[in-house]
Amino acid sequence: MSEATLPPGSGAAIKAAAARITDPEQRVLERIAEIRKRKPSLREDAITMSHGAGGRASHTLVAALFGDILSNPVLDQLGDQAVLPIPGVEHLGLAVTTDSFVVSPLFFPGGDIGELAVNGTINDLAVGGATPLGIAAAFILEEGLDVGILRRVVESVHHAAERAGVDVVTGDTKVVPRGKADQLFITTTGVGVLPLPRRVAMPRITPGDAVLLSGAIGDHGSTVMLARGDVDLEAESLRSDTMALHGLTAALLDAGIDVHFMRDATRGGVATVLNEIAQAAGVAVAIEEAALPIHDEVRGVAEILGIDPLYIANEGKLVAVTAASDAGRALALMRSRPEGGEAAVIGEVLAEPDGMVFIRTGFGGTRVVDMLIGDPLPRIC
Amino acid sequence: MKFADEFRDADLARSLADRIAAEAGDRHWKIMEVCGGHTHTIFKYGIEDLLPANVELVHGPGCPVCVIPMGRLDDGIAVARMPGVIFTCFGDLMRVPGSEGSLLDAKAAGADVRMVYSPLDALKIAQQNPERQVVFYAIGFETTAPSTALTLLRARAEGLRNLFVFCNHVTIIPPMKAILDSPDLRLDGFLGPGHVSTVVGIRPYEFVTRTYGKPVVVVGFEPLDILQGVHMIIRQVLEGRCEVENQYRRVVHDEGNPKALEVLSQVFKLRPHFEWRGLGFVSQSALELRDDFADFDAEKVFTVPGIRVADPKACQCGEVLKGVLKPWECKVFGTACTPETPIGTCMVSSEGACAAYYNFGRYSRARDRERALAGSGDGPVHEIRPVEVRAG
Repeated sequence: MSEATLPPGSGAAIKAAAARITDPEQRVLERIAEIRKRKPSLREDAITMSHGAGGRASHTLVAALFGDILSNPVLDQLGDQAVLPIPGVEHLGLAVTTDSFVVSPLFFPGGDIGELAVNGTINDLAVGGATPLGIAAAFILEEGLDVGILRRVVESVHHAAERAGVDVVTGDTKVVPRGKADQLFITTTGVGVLPLPRRVAMPRITPGDAVLLSGAIGDHGSTVMLARGDVDLEAESLRSDTMALHGLTAALLDAGIDVHFMRDATRGGVATVLNEIAQAAGVAVAIEEAALPIHDEVRGVAEILGIDPLYIANEGKLVAVTAASDAGRALALMRSRPEGGEAAVIGEVLAEPDGMVFIRTGFGGTRVVDMLIGDPLPRIC
Repeated sequence: MKFADEFRDADLARSLADRIAAEAGDRHWKIMEVCGGHTHTIFKYGIEDLLPANVELVHGPGCPVCVIPMGRLDDGIAVARMPGVIFTCFGDLMRVPGSEGSLLDAKAAGADVRMVYSPLDALKIAQQNPERQVVFYAIGFETTAPSTALTLLRARAEGLRNLFVFCNHVTIIPPMKAILDSPDLRLDGFLGPGHVSTVVGIRPYEFVTRTYGKPVVVVGFEPLDILQGVHMIIRQVLEGRCEVENQYRRVVHDEGNPKALEVLSQVFKLRPHFEWRGLGFVSQSALELRDDFADFDAEKVFTVPGIRVADPKACQCGEVLKGVLKPWECKVFGTACTPETPIGTCMVSSEGACAAYYNFGRYSRARDRERALAGSGDGPVHEIRPVEVRAG
């Protein structure tokens, strides 16, 4: 078996990689790179908050437990949305996505749980190139919840849906005893259609592609954390960026821009999306720190708390990978729209070392950007 | 961002790096950064990429989470599991493995463990929950000890009876002595800890120059601070000087902070000895609460197991903390021990050398060395081109 055909992560692959290398440090690094390609296994006996943070632990949970037990060809793609064939229709697919919202507090500067639920669901459809058709919403309510609060949230759902032009077409409510939920949780399902074969999909990513970001990062996560009052910091101009992105994605696709992949950078932040790209597409992603749009307030909060904005959640930002030749057009189009006014080209896709994300620091050095480990900010969406 | 970006200027960094390369000449330099905060900065900004290959930075023992031995953590977890207790600590500590799981695991199993950013947050929690016993697991060097002391003074002044401190505060000088006495390491000088020095000043390091003949430069935490510190040490050696210099004058006074020192002496006294991970028992190296604060002392109020637990056999955190091993030289680095499933403390804390190297440094000059050896090119393999796409 030639080295290229060895199963990734296998002992043979590790040995083969090590044999090529004479530098002892590099040999260790190659071994680690091979080991990281192994299928993750869930080692914990109990669920911890890390499993909900959107980083590596979340991925392990999804892949090693849900993906393992529920495995089927559609689920195994682990996309933002599943695409199902529509019987009797050849060139269209049905896109389905679902999401739960447990954010605390329910209301925060720039948004609330209701708006988040609608926009988040629309975005999960939009980044796959789908046109959203309708949303289903299920509410889990805690005994004792103030009806005024519930009314505010549902009205916010209505306004967000109206703004986006996507109706909430069905729903459900359940009530649990006091203490068994925290005020209210929302679970949504979104349905949309998209043309087949898919234009926007992970396998289309190729070395040389440009990586774009639709705007400034970290606003949502920082806002919610400060709104919670756990840290004595104030940043008056900080607002959640919660926003529906289907107008932006449709504009990019309608303009004929060669978009290879899109994903909204929610929990785990832009760093996690880039790592997902690197690992699933078997490429490296290199980004420039100086090119990252970050508001000063977010930089300040992140600096004080020792958190990297690349890992902070967003609710209205997407990462787009386009053909390099179309990057300029994509950028101009994004910037011409309200959702993408601060858009930037942040880096490029490289062939190797596959599965890795690098950042060139503004200082002139280079470092790895790994997936989020642990959970700096729980319950931000 | 004001007051930060000025110290991250790439052009200044390049000219400073050029000067270091020119003056360092051909000899091999080994400089230890004592503080974990420096280690973090070095990897986060890729400072090693800027230094010539013959200037080596050795990562030191100054990571507060890393030096806590496993038994001490088990003691904390035992308290956290007690009914009625709200256990508070800094976020870094939550994922550190004890002999039977971490604080995060204890939390998942029902213990009330809460992350705080300051001991004053613990005080607030104690005020809000008068029926509960709130324990703050205090860690850190002279940097964080004054805030613990102030919190205790305030708790006493307010007559608070349900706040307790599990004190693991340590002092910086003893581990530096231990490293200087160790035969394993030949160092050219130290980058002294910046924040510790805001409290203790720069005089306490004079023994390093006098007794051991090694220069010390107290430096700040921005990347340019560190490069300048390296340059200042090389200068000292080349000019035949051996002094304690203060690069971090914008924050550190030579005499330290007398008020903070006063508060420390009001609340704490030196422990006869304290166990450090990797260094073992070091006499007079840690702080405990004075007797008149005994009512606030979690170790006295709660029944603490106090069992000494040996580190896992495979773990070489001790050697890493002493700078004897580079993170990647540890047997389990990155394979059995990763930030997600850490075996040792150095892989957990963001200031730990292993975590910093694993998270940020796995792209390394090693790849370029390898390529140079193979003769397949002259530049770095993964040169990232500046992004020059324009809209339109």
